Amino acid sequence: MSKLNPNYEASKWRKIERFVNGEEISDNPNLSKHEEEIREASQEDKERNEQFEATITDLEDRIQKERKRSIEALYRKYEKWPQTKGIKIFTHIYRILAVLFCVCIISVLLMTVSYLPTFGDASNPNNNEVPKRYIEKGIEETGAINFVAGMILDYRAFDTLGESHVLFIAACCVLILLRIDHSKNGKKPTEKAEAEEDDRKFEPKNDKILQKIASLLIPPIIIYGIYVVLNGHLSPGGGFSGGAIIGAGLILYLNAFGYEKIEKFFTYKTYQRITVGALLFYACAKSYSFYTGANHLESGIPKGIPGNILSSGLILPLNVAVGLVVACTMYGFYTLFRKGGM
Amino acid sequence: MGGNLLTNFYEAVAVILFGIGFTTLLLHRNMIKKILGFNIMDTAIYLFLAVKGYITGGMAPILTNGVEEQAYYINPVPSGLVLTGIVVSVSVTALMLALTIRLYRRYHTLDIDKMSMLAKKEDL
Repeated sequence: MSKLNPNYEASKWRKIERFVNGEEISDNPNLSKHEEEIREASQEDKERNEQFEATITDLEDRIQKERKRSIEALYRKYEKWPQTKGIKIFTHIYRILAVLFCVCIISVLLMTVSYLPTFGDASNPNNNEVPKRYIEKGIEETGAINFVAGMILDYRAFDTLGESHVLFIAACCVLILLRIDHSKNGKKPTEKAEAEEDDRKFEPKNDKILQKIASLLIPPIIIYGIYVVLNGHLSPGGGFSGGAIIGAGLILYLNAFGYEKIEKFFTYKTYQRITVGALLFYACAKSYSFYTGANHLESGIPKGIPGNILSSGLILPLNVAVGLVVACTMYGFYTLFRKGGM
Repeated sequence: MGGNLLTNFYEAVAVILFGIGFTTLLLHRNMIKKILGFNIMDTAIYLFLAVKGYITGGMAPILTNGVEEQAYYINPVPSGLVLTGIVVSVSVTALMLALTIRLYRRYHTLDIDKMSMLAKKEDL
């Protein structure tokens, strides 16, 4: 059993112990002084450290800036490169590759052509039972002398309906893309810009030669177009070609006499009504085959005597509908591309 | 190689015309010329279809002299298909031209490269 020294706290051993344990020795002024010195020294060290770090970050910043500057210089050096030399090289390679590619395509297709059946041979595989049916039973089943008209407006009438819709939708797209919105956020455009956009500003037209010749030519053109449409089941032609002729007549009229005259009988509203009405009539007239099971194309409409103008059932009215759509679409394309809108 | 290249020279011409149209489409930077190339390709297709429907000595498929025999007329099916093709090509051409006009109004150029460069600049 050891005896505890009453003066243990003040004994030398305790001091040593404290020193060893690193405890604070407050009763020794010398030691605390020393500690303060150490503290000051560490403070100085810290400051020096901070200074050092500051210089290091400064240097790093400078290096970064230098690097950035050099990269920017590189960029500047090669910025113009693709616009000058790069594009030239690329264009050369592209042109050579394009021509090579096309030559390859042509040679492959020519090779295919050399394996195709002989030109004009009646025993070719495409002269099978389908055209045989169209030709040998066509007059009996459709009443149209023109086999192509009988084919596209009776056997394949839905195909033609789709075609007229393609035309109509194309006209709608062009209308959306090119029509001028006159009510544009209330801002009034300058007179010159308006005249550039709208051809109506240059009217009335006073081209005497054009007007005389147009007044001579337009009636025969439109009558010929109507003839081609109405004789679609008897002779070459039909709704598409006749409609294109009528559209050409309307375009000539517009060019000779201007918008003011043509708007007396053909405006945007007329266009809408004629096109939509004709398409609706076509769709209704041909949709009966949905309800009759699509296989028995009996319309109940008399076929008439083949060769007469009033014959072949629905083909004549369908031709008229298609002709109206085509004529309106041609005229619509022209007016829209002339910037005026319809 | 099959031996029909010389007898099928109409088809060969159609194919070469198609290639010319395609080359025009690839080589020209002008949008209008691209559309012209597209139309040349369309024309080649019409020629090909019309040639496929032809039968030597055949009449146009409209009743002639009261004969209702297949061998007397040419094949009417490709003629109908050409009609479809013409209508669709007219529509597509009109649409492409309308788009070109809109692009020209926006960028004031018809060059497709310059156009895409300007579009990229606008994005930045």
